[in-house]
Amino acid sequence: MTFIAKPKVTHPSLPHNALGLTRRAYEGVLSTLCAGCGHDSITAAIVEACWRLSLEPQNLVKLSGIGCSSKTTAYFVSGAHGFNAVHGRMASIATGANAANRRLSYIGVSGDGDTLSIGLGQFCHAIRRNLDMLYIIENNGVYGLTKGQFSASADIGSRAKKGETNRQPPIDPVLLALDLGAPFVARSFSGDKRQLVPLIEAGLKHGGFALIDVLSPCVTFNDHEGSTKSYAYTREHYEPAVLADFVPREQPISVDYPPGEAREIALHDGSRIVLRKIGADYDPTDRAAADAAVQARGGSGEYLTGLIYLDAAGRHPEFHQVNATPEAPLNSLPFEQLSPGSAGLRTVLARYR
Amino acid sequence: MDATDTSHPDYYHRVVDCQWACPAHTDVPEYIRLIAQGLFTEAYLLNRQSNVFPAILGRVCDRPCEPACRRGRIESKPVAICRLKRVAADNRGDITGRLPPVPRLKNGKRIACIGAGCASLTVANDLLPLGYEVTIFEQNDRPGGLMRSNIPAFRLPEPVLDEEIGMILGMGVELRLGERIDSLRALIETGRFDAVFVGSGAPKGKELRLPGRDEAAANVHIGISWLESVAFGHVDRIGERVLIIGVGNTAMDCCRTSLRLGARTVRVIARKPRGFFKASPWELEDAEEENVEILVNRSPKAFVIDNGRLAGMRFECMEYELDARGRIVAERVAGEQFLPADDVILAIGQENAFPWIERDIGIAFDKWNVPVVDATTFQSTRPGVFFGGDAAFGPKNIIWAVEHGHQAAISIHRHCQGEPLTERLSPGVNLQSRKMGMHEWAYANDYAPIERRLMPHVSLKERFKKLNIEVELGFSAAQAAEEVQRCLNCDVQTVFSAKLCIECDACIDICPVDCLTITSNGTEAELRAHLKAPAENLAQPLYVSAALPQTGRVMVKDEDLCVHCGLCAERCPTAAWDMQKSLLHWPHAEDEARALEQRKPKIA
Repeated sequence: MTFIAKPKVTHPSLPHNALGLTRRAYEGVLSTLCAGCGHDSITAAIVEACWRLSLEPQNLVKLSGIGCSSKTTAYFVSGAHGFNAVHGRMASIATGANAANRRLSYIGVSGDGDTLSIGLGQFCHAIRRNLDMLYIIENNGVYGLTKGQFSASADIGSRAKKGETNRQPPIDPVLLALDLGAPFVARSFSGDKRQLVPLIEAGLKHGGFALIDVLSPCVTFNDHEGSTKSYAYTREHYEPAVLADFVPREQPISVDYPPGEAREIALHDGSRIVLRKIGADYDPTDRAAADAAVQARGGSGEYLTGLIYLDAAGRHPEFHQVNATPEAPLNSLPFEQLSPGSAGLRTVLARYR
Repeated sequence: MDATDTSHPDYYHRVVDCQWACPAHTDVPEYIRLIAQGLFTEAYLLNRQSNVFPAILGRVCDRPCEPACRRGRIESKPVAICRLKRVAADNRGDITGRLPPVPRLKNGKRIACIGAGCASLTVANDLLPLGYEVTIFEQNDRPGGLMRSNIPAFRLPEPVLDEEIGMILGMGVELRLGERIDSLRALIETGRFDAVFVGSGAPKGKELRLPGRDEAAANVHIGISWLESVAFGHVDRIGERVLIIGVGNTAMDCCRTSLRLGARTVRVIARKPRGFFKASPWELEDAEEENVEILVNRSPKAFVIDNGRLAGMRFECMEYELDARGRIVAERVAGEQFLPADDVILAIGQENAFPWIERDIGIAFDKWNVPVVDATTFQSTRPGVFFGGDAAFGPKNIIWAVEHGHQAAISIHRHCQGEPLTERLSPGVNLQSRKMGMHEWAYANDYAPIERRLMPHVSLKERFKKLNIEVELGFSAAQAAEEVQRCLNCDVQTVFSAKLCIECDACIDICPVDCLTITSNGTEAELRAHLKAPAENLAQPLYVSAALPQTGRVMVKDEDLCVHCGLCAERCPTAAWDMQKSLLHWPHAEDEARALEQRKPKIA
C-alpha cells in the first residue's frame, strides 16, 4: 500500500473515449493493498475495460463481499454505485439490485474465500439464476487478510509461506461454473492484461452470468517457491486456450482473419466476440469438451486460460426473462404501479388462503 | 533495442533537463530544494560553484534551462528557475569564509586575462585558489565587460554587479583598468605570463550601410556602443521618436533604455514575422509591457534626411510565405512605408574583432577572420593562448562565457603543469537511494498543481523616473515558497534493476503519466508505439531494461513526461524500482588539480 496520493497530473496526449473521458476518470481511491498485489492489476484492467466501453460511471454498479479482493471496488470508477456486502453475500445483493434496475451494468468482485468458502452457496445460486452480471474472482489461494492460511482454491501440494503443505483438494470455480451451466466462463491472470481486458469488456456486455476467475498472486503470502499461485508458477504453467477479442457494436472488424481461424459470436447488444484459435484445436462453445480440457490440465498443474466456455446458443434463459422483470427501473415507476394497494394486496393474499 | 546503459554519465544527466540544457550544468533541482528549505546561502554557494554569478544570472541569464524544463511539457509553463536563483541571491547570508581559500604562497605561474568580462573573471575565480597569479587587463575604467556596458541598470543594478565581481577581485586579481591591449605580440613578448586568456568579448556592433547613413550619422547609433555610452554616463538623452532596428535582446535593452532617456514613441522594427524574433520571449514581454511598439515585416531601405538632419527611415513592407513547419519559402515586397524618427538605433547583431592580434604569431584565423579555437580545450593554434566567451565562438551569452571560462581554466592549469590538454577528467554521476523507510522518501514527491508565479514589477509610473530603478522586484517569500514546489525533482531518478522484477504490473498501473510498459522487445519505433501512451517526443530517450527474468520481456520507460513522483518505486514489491538521487560531477580546475596532486609520487 502507499500513502502517496496518485497525482492528478496526466499525460497530455492521453486518449479520450466516446464520452470524452480519459482513463483517469475511471479510477477510484488509492489502493491500500500490498504493493505488487495482483488485485491492483485487475483493478487497472477493469478501469481500462470500462474506459474502452465508454461506460457512463453512473450506469455501473460494483458489488463485493469481504476480503482483500472485495476492498478493490473502492479503487475503480469512483462515480459508480457501490455496495460492500457482508462476507460471501455479494450475490444476494447483486440479485436484488439487478431485479430493481436491469438497465445498469453489474460487476461483482470477490475472492476465493468470499466465493468458494463462506459464499459458495450464494455463488452457485447466482449462476443457477443466470444473473445478468460480471462476477470476477480474484483468486490467490490464500486468506491474505488473516495472514496467509490456505483457501478453498489452494492446490494439493502447494506450500504455504511458513512451510506446511496443502493436502485438501481445491474447488475449481471454473469447473463448478461449467457444471452449474454458466453461459460465460473464463479464466485469466492478473499479469496478462491483453487477455484480461477484452474478457472484462465481453463479460460486461454479455447478457447473463459471466464468470472470470482471475489468478491474482498474493505478493505477501503466496508468491514464494512451492506456491502454485505465484507470479513465476502461473507464468510457467499458463496455457491460453483461445484468443478472445471484444469488438464493440459501433466498430467494424478492422482485422482480416484468415478463414477458419476466427469465429465471431454476437452478444445481445450487437457487440461481438471474435475468437481466434491458437495451437491445439479448442472449441469454446462445447461445454463437455471445455470441462474435459480444464480437468485434464488441472491434473497436471496447468492453468488453461482465456474464454473457456461461451454459450453461443443461449440455452438457459437469464434472470430477467425468467422473472419477467420490468424493463424500466423500479425507481422510475409510479407508486401506483409499484404498490398493489389494499385491494390488490387482498387479492394477492387470497391466493394463499 | 539494446538495454540502456545507465552507467554512462550522460544518461541520468540528460533526464535532468534543466541541468543538461545549462551550459555550466548548474544543479538546479538541488538548489531549488535548498531554497525550499530556506537554506539560501547554501543554494547560492551551490549555484556559484557552476555559474559563478548567481545574483547577476538570477536576473539576466538567457535561461536555456527554462525552455528545457520538463514541467513545461506537462503543463505549459516551466519552473521559474532563473527567478528562484535570484531568490537565493537576494536572501543569502554572509559568505565570507565560505569561498574557496586562496593560498598565500603562489605556485609561480602567471596568467594574463584580456578583458574583465564574465569569461576572464571565471578563469580568475577558478585559478586563484590553485595558487596562480592572475592579471586582468581592461580597457574601461570599471570591470564587468558586456555585463556592465550592455545590460541596462534597470535590469541589472550596479551594486549587484559590483558585489559579485568584487568577490572574485577580492581573491587577489591584479586588475589593470584602463589598460587596453593593442598588441598581443607585445604582451606575450614581455615574457611575464605563462598563459594568456583572451576574453575580450564581441564588442563590435554590426553596421547598416544604406543611403543617407553618413548624412544621418549624428542620430544613428550602434546599439551596443550606445548602451555602453549610457552605462558609462556619456549619453543621457535621446530624441522623442526613436526607431530600433533589429529584434534581439540588445534591441529590447535599447528600446527600454530610450524610454528612460526621454523618448516618447519607441518602435522596434523587425524584418521578419514574430516567430523569427531573436529576443527571449520574456524580454519581448517586458518591452511590450512598457508600450514599445514592435512592427514586423519591414525591411530598412534608406535613412531619410531633411535639412541635413535625420527625419526618419523608409522601409519596404514585406510579405512572406511560410511552409507547414513555419519556414519562409518565398518573400515579396508589397509596398513602402516612411516612419519618422529623431534617432535610430541599430541592434542587428555584433561580432568579435581582433585588430590587436598579429597574424604572424602562430594564431590561425579562419575565413571569417576569427581565430581557430578548439571547442574542448579553448586553446588557439598557439599553445598557451586561450580564448573564451564571445571572443571564442562569437556572441552567445553570460552562462556560456562562464562555462568557457571554467573549461579554459582547466586547460590553462594542465598547460602550466605540463599535462596534455585533452586528457581531462570525465564527468561522472553518483546515485544514492532516497528511500528512508516504509512509504518514506527523502524528497518532496507530491505533485503540486500550482501555476508558475508571476514576477512582480515596479509600476509603469514609477519605473521611468530614473535610469537605474530595477523593474523586477524579485519573488516574495510566499511566491518563492510556492514556485519551489513546482520543481519535479528530476534528479531523483527512477532506477530499475531488471533481475528483481516479478512483472506484477504495479508500477505500470500506478504511473500517473503512463510512461511505463512491459512489452516484448523491438525496434525503437515499435517500442515507442507500444507504450501505454505513445512516446512521440523523439528528443527524449526511452529507457529499455535488460530482459526480465520471468518472461524475457523488457521494461520500457519513456523519460519524456515522468513527474518523478516515485509511485513506481513505492508500489514495487521487490524494490526493482528505486528512487535515487543523481549527483552530476562536472569537473572544474580544482578537481583537475586534486587529481593531478594525487598522481604525483609521494615523497617519503
